[in-house]
Amino acid sequence: MAENKVTLSKNDRLAVWFRHQYLQGSWNYERMQNGGWCFSMIPAIKKLYPNKDDQIAALKRHMEFYNTHPYVSSPVIGVTLALEEDRANGAPVEDAAIQGVKVGMMGPLAGVGDPVFWFTLRPLLGALGAGLAMSGNIMGPILFFVLWNVIRLAFEWYTQEFGYKLGTSITKDLGGGLMGKITEGASILGMFVIGGLVQRWVSISFAPVVSRVEQSDGAFIDWTAIADTAGQGGQGVADAIHSALSQYASLGATGLEQIKVTTLQANLDQLIPGLAAVCVTLLCCWLLKKKVSPIVIIIGMFAVGILGHLAGLL
Amino acid sequence: MSVFTIILIVIVAFLAGMEGVLDQWQFHQPLVACTLIGLVSGYFEAGIILGGTLQMMALGWANVGAAVAPDAALASVASAILMVIAMIGGSDQATAITTAIAVAVPLSVAGLFLTMIVRTIAIPIVHIMDGAAAKGDFMAIDVWSIIAICLQGIRIAIPAAALCFIPSEAVMGVLEMMPDWLNEGMTIGGGMVAAVGYAMVINMMATKEVWPFFALGFCLAAISQLTLIALGVIGICLALIYLGLKEIGQSGAGAAGSGDPLGDILDDYE
Repeated sequence: MAENKVTLSKNDRLAVWFRHQYLQGSWNYERMQNGGWCFSMIPAIKKLYPNKDDQIAALKRHMEFYNTHPYVSSPVIGVTLALEEDRANGAPVEDAAIQGVKVGMMGPLAGVGDPVFWFTLRPLLGALGAGLAMSGNIMGPILFFVLWNVIRLAFEWYTQEFGYKLGTSITKDLGGGLMGKITEGASILGMFVIGGLVQRWVSISFAPVVSRVEQSDGAFIDWTAIADTAGQGGQGVADAIHSALSQYASLGATGLEQIKVTTLQANLDQLIPGLAAVCVTLLCCWLLKKKVSPIVIIIGMFAVGILGHLAGLL
Repeated sequence: MSVFTIILIVIVAFLAGMEGVLDQWQFHQPLVACTLIGLVSGYFEAGIILGGTLQMMALGWANVGAAVAPDAALASVASAILMVIAMIGGSDQATAITTAIAVAVPLSVAGLFLTMIVRTIAIPIVHIMDGAAAKGDFMAIDVWSIIAICLQGIRIAIPAAALCFIPSEAVMGVLEMMPDWLNEGMTIGGGMVAAVGYAMVINMMATKEVWPFFALGFCLAAISQLTLIALGVIGICLALIYLGLKEIGQSGAGAAGSGDPLGDILDDYE
């Protein structure tokens, strides 16, 4: 048996890795990612089983229900490759064992993949790129696209290799120490970043005016005096600009007008900038928990925006 | 728009549709899709800005388990096309972008229904693949897998192609009919929409243990000198420190008598 042992070469594993990107291609409500999974396994099945009956059995075996996060599926397919290789070489690996490994790994791994990729890495890289892009900077989209795909392709290849080399022994680590730590670390980073994003990018501004105070002389720029200086022309205009700017520098924005207007927003910002934004976000959390559809909330926000603007609140 | 431009737009839409389900290359993310449509239609900068703005709204949109998220693919492709049409019709960039963002939301809902339809159509396709597996027909499995992916591409490509033929006069007509209050109100609403995405993410991750980190991130972000990269670094450090300390705490609790040196000495006498 040892002399004609079939092994999957690096090229075979690369072929599986390449196809595995299309895992969700035939995503369906019945068995979810099963078609894509079978599609990914084809290069390995062709290599391992020269006999037609064995090929048919293998294809059927890999059309079973399967669903996990599309990236962390890579270590699962790595382990499955190792198992199929053993089986092709005569080891007593049952169908149930292969299906058991797939089902046993997909749950805990999806629990890691979602917070790490969808809730931490994508919001972080997305916000980084979008922040640049909003000022029309092409580096925004490029940065997002390149970083994301480099990380993704490397992750998918190395974890598939990891699963393939370790074989079934990887399943012992699942659910235990390392996985829990990665999930928790990602949640901490994710929550921290989301907190920052809420402050920076959820904008809500209350327009109502709280107070109008007539400021005393010297607390605002004396525009008539400036106009007199500017009226002299030439050097006078330069002097006027100089005088206005130096007064502005010492008085600040409130020095522009004689009447100091304080909006509700300015009051709120003195407590904590972005307080209204965090309240809106927490309200959304609560509504989502109450099973209100996100789409309803979004439409509701536009309605609130329009009505609030008409009422002079926003 | 020229025929050539329309073909390029349809290709971008096709990629976005495929990615909407594959979720690998991220062609369906607004940042990428809007930029590409801007590139092929000659409104590059406007496309980038629209992409960035929509991306901020869509940061938390992810399909997880049974949770239904709005569809980023149709929202970004269709709103970018409408923006281009409006700009061809002579609208200024700011108005075109604001309007595109407002229409993106209903479009994301429409996209959601389309993807549900395609995911249902995929059921008979996997049954055909079952049949092919029973015959050991590798070729048929490959072909039907590719067909299934292409269906997801077509899901966005067809609406995109249809939108390209809307005359710019029609879009301009609607734009001019829109009163200012409606436009401004929608801009205000759009500013809040990002909160929904963040709330979805928070609900997925939040435990009692990690809420303080949300508060920390929120307060630190008010310091405008801290860039997002700096915030990310702080976040990573906090996570590492926290996990490290927690480990020490747990192993410390395991070792008997620690924290009470006198007790340890007394114990040793026995």
